[in-house]
Amino acid sequence: MSNMNDQPNKDRRLFIGATLAATGAMTVAPGVFLHAANAAGESQGASSKNRWGMLIDTNKCAEGCSACVDACNTENGLHSMGRPETDAVWIRKVKLRDMQTQRENNLVMMCQHCEFPPCVDVCPTTASFKREDGIVMVDRHRCIGCRYCMMACPYKARSFVHEVLTDQSVNQPRGKGCVESCTLCAHRIDEGVMQTACQEACEKEGHAAILFGDLKDPDSEISKTLKTTNSVQIRADLELNTGVRYLNL
Amino acid sequence: MRSSLISKRLLILVCAGILFPAMQAFGESALVTKSSKAAKLSSCVAPTGDIRRNHMDYLKHDRDETVRDGIRGTKFSLVECVECHASRDEQGHGVPVTDEGEFCQVCHGYVAVSLPCFQCHRTTPEPDSKNGKLGYHPAGSFHNQTMSQAVGRQRD
Repeated sequence: MSNMNDQPNKDRRLFIGATLAATGAMTVAPGVFLHAANAAGESQGASSKNRWGMLIDTNKCAEGCSACVDACNTENGLHSMGRPETDAVWIRKVKLRDMQTQRENNLVMMCQHCEFPPCVDVCPTTASFKREDGIVMVDRHRCIGCRYCMMACPYKARSFVHEVLTDQSVNQPRGKGCVESCTLCAHRIDEGVMQTACQEACEKEGHAAILFGDLKDPDSEISKTLKTTNSVQIRADLELNTGVRYLNL
Repeated sequence: MRSSLISKRLLILVCAGILFPAMQAFGESALVTKSSKAAKLSSCVAPTGDIRRNHMDYLKHDRDETVRDGIRGTKFSLVECVECHASRDEQGHGVPVTDEGEFCQVCHGYVAVSLPCFQCHRTTPEPDSKNGKLGYHPAGSFHNQTMSQAVGRQRD
């Protein structure tokens, strides 16, 4: 921890004392303390044992329904500022039409949580980053609002906050001058709720087009579905290995 | 020479004699706002003097853990600061901690240190923050039923 005040750094003394004590203890009884390191009371946080992802079934995504978008806005405290061009959009409905067959497809588009995210590559301040569990996020403490990531993202997934904000959601501190995007409801995952706001809303509407889960767990529903169906990544040619995949596209 | 040295020492002693009780009184004075939760508690999450001096370091340390490593429920949390220290108006609504005369603003205004935390962070406790914390949850939904079991741990 940095120490930016006029006090002597007691942490340093404590550290030296603790190190000496630990070394002594290890010399006396090697191995005794080896398991103590994992006994911390706090939550362990994001782990590379997981990779969170989503599977969106475009056949189930209903035309005219915006439950997921509304839920996302509520969950993260996104409000319209009356200027649609610059309003924050974390998840949006997209309608595709095949001009040959006239087949129409509805889907939702949001941050695809790439394994190799271009936004992280271009960020000059390491504000764009990928968590251990694969969630790509913006650390607003470091974001300088340069918007390189917005240019780099092939999915147009990020928004820039243009206005001074008040009454933010506790879930999602956000403010003017920072870029932001879908966090895959990281605050829920960290609290142990394994369901995103959009998925919850979609299920409540009876569509169940969104399936959220752990791509690294072979027994998760999403892994099983991916194993047995023909899902696609959007712009798979970019080889970003997205965490969000689509069915029947 | 010697006498001037003694008189200087005396002066310092006298000054210290006056200042020390004053500082002690300052240190023990209750600076929490009256209608906040903090007013009912005997101390902050750490000894008050420690928090007064080091809260900025603690918060800065834990913010990286929370944002980048996903470790929630750390000992020092800005949300908890606001939850506990925001005073309530007659209707029971939280008053922004950055308003004139409120908990954060009083000291920060006095020492002329800006409070950029609240460009992004909420300045009032979220209404109904215990139940509605995760948003979009009509009564009796999945979240309300199973949150306590699903989480299985307390927030500090």
